[in-house]
Amino acid sequence: MVKIRNRLLLLAATSLALALPATAQDKGTLKIGGLATLEGVFAVPGQDGMRGIEAALKEANYTAGGYKLEFIKASSDASPDKALQAARKLVEQDKVAILVGPLSGSEGLAMKDYAKTQPGTTFINGTSAAQDTTLRDPAPNFYRFWTEGAQWMAGLGEYIAKDKGWKRVATIGEDYSFMHTQFFGFALPYCNAGGKIVQRFWVPLGTKDYASIISALPSNVDAIWLGLGGGDAVNFLNQYQQAGGTTPLIGASITVDQSIITSKGRARDALKGTASAGPQADTWDNANWNKWVKLYQASFPADQRFPTPGLFATGYYISTKAMIDGLNGVKGDLTDNHKALRAWLSAAKIDSPVGPITLDENRQAIAVNFVTEVAEGPDGNLVNKVVKVTEPVNQTLGMDRAKFLALGPVGRENPKCE
Amino acid sequence: MSVTLGEAVTGAARGEKRTAWLSWLNPAYLIAGLLLLVLPALVGDFVLFSIFAWSLCLGMVALSLMFLAGYGGMVSLAQLTIAGIAGYMVAIFGTNGTGTGLGWPWWTVLPAAIAVAVAFATLIGALAVRTAGIYTIMITMAIAAAFFYFARQNYPIFNGYNGFNLVLPPKLFGVDWRQPLPFYYLTLAFATLSYAAVLYVSRSTFGLALQGIRDNARRMEAIGFNVVAHRIAANAFAGLIAAVAGIFLVWFNGGISPGSVGFGPAIDILVIAIIGGIRHPIGPFIGALIYALLSTFAMDLVDPIIGRERFKLIIGIGFLVIVLFSPDGILGLWDRLRARMAVSRDCA
Amino acid sequence: MKLFISTFLNGLTLAALYFLVASGFTLVFGLMRNVNMAHGSLYLIGGYIAYSVVEATGMFLLGFAAAFISMAVAGVLLQTLIFRHMEGQDLRQTMVTIGLSIIFADLALWIWGGEFYQIYPPDWLFGATAFPVVVDAKSNGDPVYFTYPIVRLFILGVAIVIGVGLWLVLNRTRIGMMIRAGVDDREMLTATGINIQFVFVVVFAVGAGLAGIAGVVGSIFSSLAPGEDVRYLLASLVVVIVGGMGSITGAALGALLIGLAEQFGSVYLPTYAIAFSFLIMVAVLAFRPQGIMGAAK
Repeated sequence: MVKIRNRLLLLAATSLALALPATAQDKGTLKIGGLATLEGVFAVPGQDGMRGIEAALKEANYTAGGYKLEFIKASSDASPDKALQAARKLVEQDKVAILVGPLSGSEGLAMKDYAKTQPGTTFINGTSAAQDTTLRDPAPNFYRFWTEGAQWMAGLGEYIAKDKGWKRVATIGEDYSFMHTQFFGFALPYCNAGGKIVQRFWVPLGTKDYASIISALPSNVDAIWLGLGGGDAVNFLNQYQQAGGTTPLIGASITVDQSIITSKGRARDALKGTASAGPQADTWDNANWNKWVKLYQASFPADQRFPTPGLFATGYYISTKAMIDGLNGVKGDLTDNHKALRAWLSAAKIDSPVGPITLDENRQAIAVNFVTEVAEGPDGNLVNKVVKVTEPVNQTLGMDRAKFLALGPVGRENPKCE
Repeated sequence: MSVTLGEAVTGAARGEKRTAWLSWLNPAYLIAGLLLLVLPALVGDFVLFSIFAWSLCLGMVALSLMFLAGYGGMVSLAQLTIAGIAGYMVAIFGTNGTGTGLGWPWWTVLPAAIAVAVAFATLIGALAVRTAGIYTIMITMAIAAAFFYFARQNYPIFNGYNGFNLVLPPKLFGVDWRQPLPFYYLTLAFATLSYAAVLYVSRSTFGLALQGIRDNARRMEAIGFNVVAHRIAANAFAGLIAAVAGIFLVWFNGGISPGSVGFGPAIDILVIAIIGGIRHPIGPFIGALIYALLSTFAMDLVDPIIGRERFKLIIGIGFLVIVLFSPDGILGLWDRLRARMAVSRDCA
Repeated sequence: MKLFISTFLNGLTLAALYFLVASGFTLVFGLMRNVNMAHGSLYLIGGYIAYSVVEATGMFLLGFAAAFISMAVAGVLLQTLIFRHMEGQDLRQTMVTIGLSIIFADLALWIWGGEFYQIYPPDWLFGATAFPVVVDAKSNGDPVYFTYPIVRLFILGVAIVIGVGLWLVLNRTRIGMMIRAGVDDREMLTATGINIQFVFVVVFAVGAGLAGIAGVVGSIFSSLAPGEDVRYLLASLVVVIVGGMGSITGAALGALLIGLAEQFGSVYLPTYAIAFSFLIMVAVLAFRPQGIMGAAK
């Protein structure tokens, strides 16, 4: 009998203790979830993405809208199943109010559909850059403050065709949807500006031996558009140099990412002078950008980060900062399924480290894009030098929305470019 | 009081039948069954759906592996592939997010998906029938890898790298079967059914012959059993279970992609079956529960110790410990514990 | 024509890498019936260790030695501490190696991180060499000679040297004779009074060491990163199955077949080339399970 009574007392005491904090502080704690690929092939970009979130949270001192922010991390491995599992845990078990993420394209597509089933949570994209996440069938509570794969190539097609005068290009790309998107974003304006895609190679993800592809490359082209990322890009560049390749290269956005141009050894030498485009440029002389670079560098010790933030860190930083600013803007009003916050986010005009960002009617970012060239930096390392900053570009690349949708989803043969 | 021999015999037979009946009412089954039925009242929706319903789905796939490995002596790494084929067929024959589904009604989609998957399972069985031991593992691994790479590269049928989203169960009888509660009971029903089916088959003539083939194929051949036919039929039966599990998995995830049938997940199914124990059909479900719990909560548990990213290390060490010290998995540990308690009871 | 010659040579040199990885695997598999699923991890960790050594000392050849020795030691430890106690339990051994591979993969990720590492060959191996074969003409009439990367020829050379060396050891030395006898009939070998445990340890050590060397070669060729272990494990499996277990010649033949198939596939049938090599393996397993050079049972 005594045991039971003691247990009841303990139960009463703990419930009282748990109830107290809610009344003690201003608004209490608000749980925020962060999802990035901390496992598998994208582990390194994923870590950078997490750094972006943490930098934003540290900058705001882990408070926003009167709440104390509790940050819960979750990890995925670029597969939709794992991302959904992690999202479900964050949303249904940990009960986060807002989820920032995911990182990779196909995860984003799955996340968009999941968001439709969770109207009480607000989802802010990390850096996932598939087109259809917001272009077709968007979710009303999914916000993407970051441009997508096709937008990342804006400006490059015209630059290559008109400024460089390279009218014949062969392309090599990893055979998956994100690279199909990047190819689309490059080829559509390029072909409209008079360029010609002579031959296109699609290699399975994770191809290690490019020797035969390098041999098969046509020699009568002005340049080769290289759509490879991560280890694949380093392998290719290495083998390209070993084969004595001399045709100039054009890079997809992730081909000239931090993780590749800071890799040790000679492979990156092949990248010198490579033109590319992307949502950020390392050497942009802009007050906001410099402020973000300094914040990134100050938030983490030098051996736990890149010298300057990669695009994953920047994307996650901007998304988290939008969330924080939104919470502050509506003074923490999360009633009625975050109605006020969502209205604020939809109408937000963000002055970000990469220029002004607004959202279109599908909650997709409209932002400027940077055409870059890889150049040698002051300390002998490679950086992406800004060549041109485009006007703000939307998801339909300036075309009429109906006409753009009629072009069909991205794929190996889109655009035909005849 | 004298009793005729005839009466004694019939009386004894009836008595035995009664005790045989009672043995099915094993108290463990009663307790477990009761707990599983009232589980929704004890745990929240997330745990119900993401842990228990998921364990039941994974457990069914692992059950198909256990059937082949435990009773048939064939360790097949292609069971997840068969489940994946069934899942892909549901996406392709039914409706999915890309709008390329054929849009058949559910009572055509499900049987068709199961039929295709079982056909594949039979084919795999036929290919693997002359292999044994490690070779079976390797050929099924190669088939699983071939399917993964094929599905990832093929856009016309399998939609390549992205796979399919928005593959959901039909709303029947006014119930949305994707909601945690109905989905849990649905998977519980089918998991129980497949568990009972495996138990029944294992004690049937076919099952006993299969176990005989496992132990000594040459002797069984000499007696007159068709070893090849038995093995292929076993693959078909296991394929049926895996196909049903695959349908539930695609509904659980709301979609399917090549990553669902990759090398890593296939090894995970093997790990689940081994950890649980392949000597009794309950083993895979125990293993699946442990896996689901670790996979979801390990990150939080190991975070303070060695960082949340190291949970794969924990799973690997756990698996290694089990294989080194208790090759029969958790069930083996349980058996040994019971034996030791029985010994101490006898000695006391 | 140039493309065909290039692709053929590429297939040859890729086969060289596959041979190096698979040779260790086939020895262990053939003699001890141990499907070492951690073979890929040995490849990866050997490569990482070589990278660290080359970075620290700047000596290219020291990397090879470091990889071989460290992985051979690992092999000795694995055989004596773990596998020795599980003889005959093929399935259990396979499970243990699976567990080990998961652990090693995560340890490697922890220590070396998720970046991709590459060992850069010294300058005398860099660039392409010209063959006195004319394949094209420039626009001004100058002949264009056929060029081929030197480092790939170097890798081919290394593989041939090691392959010949292994063949000599297996066919011309006493211990080689014991190993061949053990592959054919293990019980008989024990019955003749030979210390089979010693032979096992040597074979496992050499097999693991070969995996380490393959790791160094692979990192010159492409790069080291998480996931490479699974890829080269699968490649070894395919090669060994196609070629026949326990046979060095079989590993060479299997590697040639798979290497050429992959390279030609990547040019002429790029989309399904990888699936194709696995289907070759399935076909061999279904219709000639002992492989091309394996002895029929």
